[in-house]
Amino acid sequence: MVTMADPAVVLENVSFSRGDRVIFDGVDMQFPRGEITAVMGPSGTGKTTLLRLIGGQLKPDAGRIWVDGVEVTRIKRRDLYELRKRMGILFQSGGLFTDLTVHENVAFMLREHSRLPEKLINHIVRMKLQAVGLRGAANLMPAQLSGGMARRVALARAIAMDPTVMMYDEPFTGQDPISMGVLLRLIESLNSALGMTSILVSHDVQEAFSIARHVYVIAEGRVVGEGTPESLANHDSQWVRQFVNGEPDGPVPFHYPANDLVADFGLGRMRSREEP
Amino acid sequence: MNMLAALGAAVVGALQHMGKTALFFVLVLRAVPGALRRPSLLVTELYAIGVLSLVIILISGAFVGLVLGLQGYNILSKFSATESLGVIVALSLVRELGPVVTALLFAGRAGSSITAEIALMKTTEQLSAMEMMAVDPIKRVIAPRFIAALIAVPLLTAMFNVVGIASGYLIGGVVLGVDAAAYWEQIVRQVDFSDDIVNGIVKSVAFGVLAGLIAVFEGYNATPTSLGMSRATTRTVVITSLAVLGMDFILTAMMFGN
Repeated sequence: MVTMADPAVVLENVSFSRGDRVIFDGVDMQFPRGEITAVMGPSGTGKTTLLRLIGGQLKPDAGRIWVDGVEVTRIKRRDLYELRKRMGILFQSGGLFTDLTVHENVAFMLREHSRLPEKLINHIVRMKLQAVGLRGAANLMPAQLSGGMARRVALARAIAMDPTVMMYDEPFTGQDPISMGVLLRLIESLNSALGMTSILVSHDVQEAFSIARHVYVIAEGRVVGEGTPESLANHDSQWVRQFVNGEPDGPVPFHYPANDLVADFGLGRMRSREEP
Repeated sequence: MNMLAALGAAVVGALQHMGKTALFFVLVLRAVPGALRRPSLLVTELYAIGVLSLVIILISGAFVGLVLGLQGYNILSKFSATESLGVIVALSLVRELGPVVTALLFAGRAGSSITAEIALMKTTEQLSAMEMMAVDPIKRVIAPRFIAALIAVPLLTAMFNVVGIASGYLIGGVVLGVDAAAYWEQIVRQVDFSDDIVNGIVKSVAFGVLAGLIAVFEGYNATPTSLGMSRATTRTVVITSLAVLGMDFILTAMMFGN
């Protein structure tokens, strides 16, 4: 485990399950302030759940979580909403309000939480849209945007209040190479320009490795590997190596557990019928 | 034995559902004062669910009034009491048909759309995004729609009644030749303000609470899939209809049952 003076987000021995399914089983993580940290793992390992736990939308069964010095797991509802003003999240689906224009989407939080004059809000919204290259799209409706543009608008909306902690949920999924490049550059430049702490949840190894300083690999409810991107490529664990290098077979088998192939196709029975 | 168990499970499930709805009602009520301080949100919702429901309410009110006029005239003419047509039409509408039919139509026209809208917002993570932007969806999305339903249903009921009574006159007075003065005078004399009109208003407010609450609850608790959304919308219409009819019986028994 890395130790650091003042991490922005800390998970301590966090366990969480849905019904009988254990999603996390005693997970420890630290996310250093001002840096991009990637959390990686195969689909269905609970990466999105992790972000919801950090954002206080879900409560862990056990363990504690701190964000910016505040313990999310013990906080009162009002304080949680106060804390969320300092957090930003980019949802996989974007989560844009479909009945509001791009401009109104980005202005949403400012209008809800600040008493700034409308003129100033308009300036801030334009600045945020300029940062993601979509100032010209301010008056479009979300339905008129391409997938990549929608994600950039959602990003502009997430940074509208200059959060200290920014979370990205699979930002590269379903993006063409150009939008992928744009998003990578944006995440990196926003992180350094705004001094945010970025948590990047992804299973796109190359992209995540290219901008993250530190990487956690999770599987089956535990952290199975962590370190710099370079160190993970040659990790001791065969599992981590398989994931990072994208090998189709290995400790994670190609086949989902199934009955015996011969029996499943009914060949065993046919053979026994032919025998006598 | 299995049937008994299934019946028990269904009853327990229904009770749980009612309990959840009641708890949700408390959450919504707590958010009402905040929502009242944002009149612009309220006006938008009032337009969407109130004004846009006007056409169906007015047309239905007209037909119900026409039918009441015809049926009433048929029966009353057997007793040579056609001058009482106004009272029959007005009391049927003000006491029963106005509040009940308006609430049922409202559930189909506006309740279903409220549920579908909220369920879609949930499915597309808009509600989640709102929560993470430190905005409580109960305050921002749910409460304004609930209040709008509460205001819209009594107003729509009043309009339904007015149109119904006018169309009752149209068929009775203009077409069938009932004395116009008798029609209106009997209404003025026989319809009691506190017994009939106030009770009708009490009913329509109660139905507004039911229709609004069920619509927002089903939307907010929909399973975030396309099947979940369609089920939630259906449930809104079915549960609201049953709840309104059941509540109508209870209120009628309390008001007119002596």
